[in-house]
Amino acid sequence: MISLLEELLRTTGETIRDVLPIAAILVFFQLFVLRKKLPDPRRIVSGFLMVLAGLVLFLIGLEQTVFPVGKTMAAQFSAPSFLGVEAGQSADPAAFAWIYLFAFAIGFSTTIAEPALIAVAQKAESLTAGAIGSWGLRLAVATGVAIGISLGTLRIVLGTPLHYFIGVGYVVVIVQTLFAPRMIVPLAYDSGGVTTSTVTVPLVAALGLGLAESLPGRSPLIDGFGLIAFASLFPMMTVMAYAQISEWLARRDRAERAGAETDLIGSQEEGP
Amino acid sequence: MTWLRSLLRLQAGSARDLASIVLVIAIFQLAVLRQPFPNLGSALVGLVLLLLGLTLFTRGLDVGLFPLGESMAHDFARKGSVSWLLAFAFALGFGSTVAEPALIAIAEEASEVAAHAGVITDSETARDRYALGLRLTVAAAVGVAIVLGVFRILAGWPIHLMIAGGYLLVVSMTMFAPAEIVGIAYDSGGVTTSTITVPLVTALGVGLASSIEGRNPAIDGFGLIAFASLTPIVFVLLYGILL
Repeated sequence: MISLLEELLRTTGETIRDVLPIAAILVFFQLFVLRKKLPDPRRIVSGFLMVLAGLVLFLIGLEQTVFPVGKTMAAQFSAPSFLGVEAGQSADPAAFAWIYLFAFAIGFSTTIAEPALIAVAQKAESLTAGAIGSWGLRLAVATGVAIGISLGTLRIVLGTPLHYFIGVGYVVVIVQTLFAPRMIVPLAYDSGGVTTSTVTVPLVAALGLGLAESLPGRSPLIDGFGLIAFASLFPMMTVMAYAQISEWLARRDRAERAGAETDLIGSQEEGP
Repeated sequence: MTWLRSLLRLQAGSARDLASIVLVIAIFQLAVLRQPFPNLGSALVGLVLLLLGLTLFTRGLDVGLFPLGESMAHDFARKGSVSWLLAFAFALGFGSTVAEPALIAIAEEASEVAAHAGVITDSETARDRYALGLRLTVAAAVGVAIVLGVFRILAGWPIHLMIAGGYLLVVSMTMFAPAEIVGIAYDSGGVTTSTITVPLVTALGVGLASSIEGRNPAIDGFGLIAFASLTPIVFVLLYGILL
């Protein structure tokens, strides 16, 4: 109980220190540059405090549940004994199936729980009047992060230079941009940066550093980095793919419906 | 009472958001590693805190952060001073990044890499200076990113050309940058955007796009974060090349 209280005070202090510069900038520009009253200051201040309190509780909750187990698991999955790697022996990339699977699962599930992504997805849904669904968007982003992290662990195992993967990834993103619905493009680009924050970064960093430490011939300082980069690249692809697929489904649906209307038979189903 | 009911509904949403991570950890821990949970009691307390925290956070966003960002964006648009708006954009990007814990951690690790590779002398002061320099570089990069992004919304430039140009720059700079900095540079793009910054910056973009005629908030409002994940890569690579 005492330790929990200590944790609460410490995390609150750290979060306030983190948010203080932002709050100072907002207050300064509001008071001295805009010089206007806020529409509903009490509501906004209470909302700000709720965000702060929510973040503090969330961080402590992570420290109590997800982080210790997740980090231990990342360490266990990447430990030489689990991987069956002996010093001086080169590794067979196919022998690491568990770690790719673990990377996939942890990437997916941490992204679904990422508060910043929830915020952006909500905004996207309300702005597009539901055309871009918040849940669909988050599933697409989470799939992207999952693919990215498991490919990233594969890269650490293979030892291929990071920029080969990233360079090819950029080309794919640019080509996809040409064909994706225009509405999704900025959102897709944003989703790359949004995904990697509070929940994902510590776990993924632990996985990358642990793996690079266990494998012979890999340096944690050079090969341990780069997982986050993968996690920010792949959501752009999956979000654009999601938009392309749902556009294609909608078009097919419309065509079918038009067909049904001319036939004047069959009941029409309403989508949710 | 309606307030309570909406809170409960939010609570259910948060439970759904957290379900997957709890499941993944439980399955891998119990079925694959075959180990019991360490400290089940504190894990359960933590779960309640996670649930409460996420609920408060999402509710606070709707009540406070989103309206604040959008109302400031509207006021800046009405004020009509582009230079003040850009100053605000830079301050917001710089200020929210410079104290970011993830960035502080990565800057420290990067200074060790640099000392290891012999780029700087392996002493505490040299490492601290390198780490601080890196932090300021990334913070300035995010400041520039938000300025660029806001300018794009004002000018109506196509985002994909700007991002593609940025990628081209990143790829060509990678060829000249020292190998040790590349991984850190690429990662720094992802870690800079924190949980508070993202909603605030999104609200700024959406607010601006909705108060300028001819802009569609659903299309032009997004994209600020994209710049904030691209410019740090360019700036950190440059930092590595110059040093």
